[in-house]
Amino acid sequence: MVPAAREALLGALDAGWADPRRLHAEGRRARAILDQAREVVADGLGVRPPEVPFLPDGPAALRAAVDGTLYAARRRGARVVATAVEHSAVLTHGRYRATQAQEPALFAEVGVDRLGRVDLAALERALGVPGTVAAVVQSANGEVGTRQPLEAARALARRHGIPLVVDAMAGLGRDPAPRDFDLLAGEALSWGGPGGVGVLVVPERVRWRLPGPPSELEGGRTEVMPVVPLVLAAAEAWRQTAAVRDADAAEAHTLVDLVRAAAARMPDVEVVGDPVERLPHVVTFSCLYVDGEALVTELDRRGFSVASGSACTASTLEPSHVLAAMEVLTHGNVRVTLPLAASTSDRARDVERFVAELPDAVEAVRAQLGVAGL
Amino acid sequence: MSALEVDARGLRCPLPVIRLAAAARDASPGTEVTVLATDPAARHDIPAWCRMRGHALTAVSEATDGSHTAYRVLLAGEGSR
Repeated sequence: MVPAAREALLGALDAGWADPRRLHAEGRRARAILDQAREVVADGLGVRPPEVPFLPDGPAALRAAVDGTLYAARRRGARVVATAVEHSAVLTHGRYRATQAQEPALFAEVGVDRLGRVDLAALERALGVPGTVAAVVQSANGEVGTRQPLEAARALARRHGIPLVVDAMAGLGRDPAPRDFDLLAGEALSWGGPGGVGVLVVPERVRWRLPGPPSELEGGRTEVMPVVPLVLAAAEAWRQTAAVRDADAAEAHTLVDLVRAAAARMPDVEVVGDPVERLPHVVTFSCLYVDGEALVTELDRRGFSVASGSACTASTLEPSHVLAAMEVLTHGNVRVTLPLAASTSDRARDVERFVAELPDAVEAVRAQLGVAGL
Repeated sequence: MSALEVDARGLRCPLPVIRLAAAARDASPGTEVTVLATDPAARHDIPAWCRMRGHALTAVSEATDGSHTAYRVLLAGEGSR
């Protein structure tokens, strides 16, 4: 979290603790905080405040975007189309729904190329199947950084009269807010806010309704009351982050280029994802003959917190579905996500040190497996 | 054409690919290597290794009892690495 958001959160624990639906002074104060926060986020997203409900987190917002679109369209069909690299919140629910209905066609996954970009021709074919009522495409992938061609995807969806749900969870606060969407989901973590705040954008023109009795919360878009202090911290984080976003992103982009170049210089390492059309702050690479878990542990020992899409680092035996869909090497995978400059002491120095130590770390892990000369 | 079998059943990533690479290092070009593996990651990593090393993955087949998968790799000639 950026420091200003943390301060706002602590302050709001005192000022915004009450139930914003109540008419007493504390309740009205909490309501005012919630309304102001909504204005800040709505303004940043380029939409009107009533169009931005707060949900418990990004995946919840994303699922609500799809569920409400499906329910509103239930007389026309029940088929959802999504890219194969979408968030698991979309994929697992979509597959589950299709399996339960014993109708595999209810959920279609559209493939991507080796850089992770959606196959637009395949997307168009999938959208043309009768009964399709929703399409889901992310603005960018949080694992490999690749941006999706949203403008083109939206144009295709429009031609078929299908609303486009855009998952902006990875990019808000780093890239400009997407404009090409019908519904949008995001979460405050990505722009330096606290966990526990998701946003869902449902413009008035869009047909959307959750199944079940109407809720009185957040304009009927959720059954969970937002936590007012968290929402205020999210808005404060947006204010701080948006003010310096372009400069922060430009610097992060350069730092990621350094990591990409260093990784590419090592033998048998594949740098993954689009080198240009990508998030500024995410870089992923896979090292041949390397145990991902061992490498994450080795880097952690050296003071670097990185993630991995390799199967051996997951609770399941399956590697990252994103790496799998891109048909790239899944073992020995490392993902570096740079924090915002405001929430770290000196990320440029950290990257410099990472670049210097990475070859040793990979070498050390390879040596353990005795793979020299393979 | 000579043929080799690598039994990587029960091994987890990256070991199936390492066993395959070790077998390929000691084999002559044109050898057909069959890898038996149970690790789900091998499904992605054996094709990726073949692409990176210029070998050809000629067949992928499930065992009839579903217990493992067999990958058939045709090793490319010298200098294709």
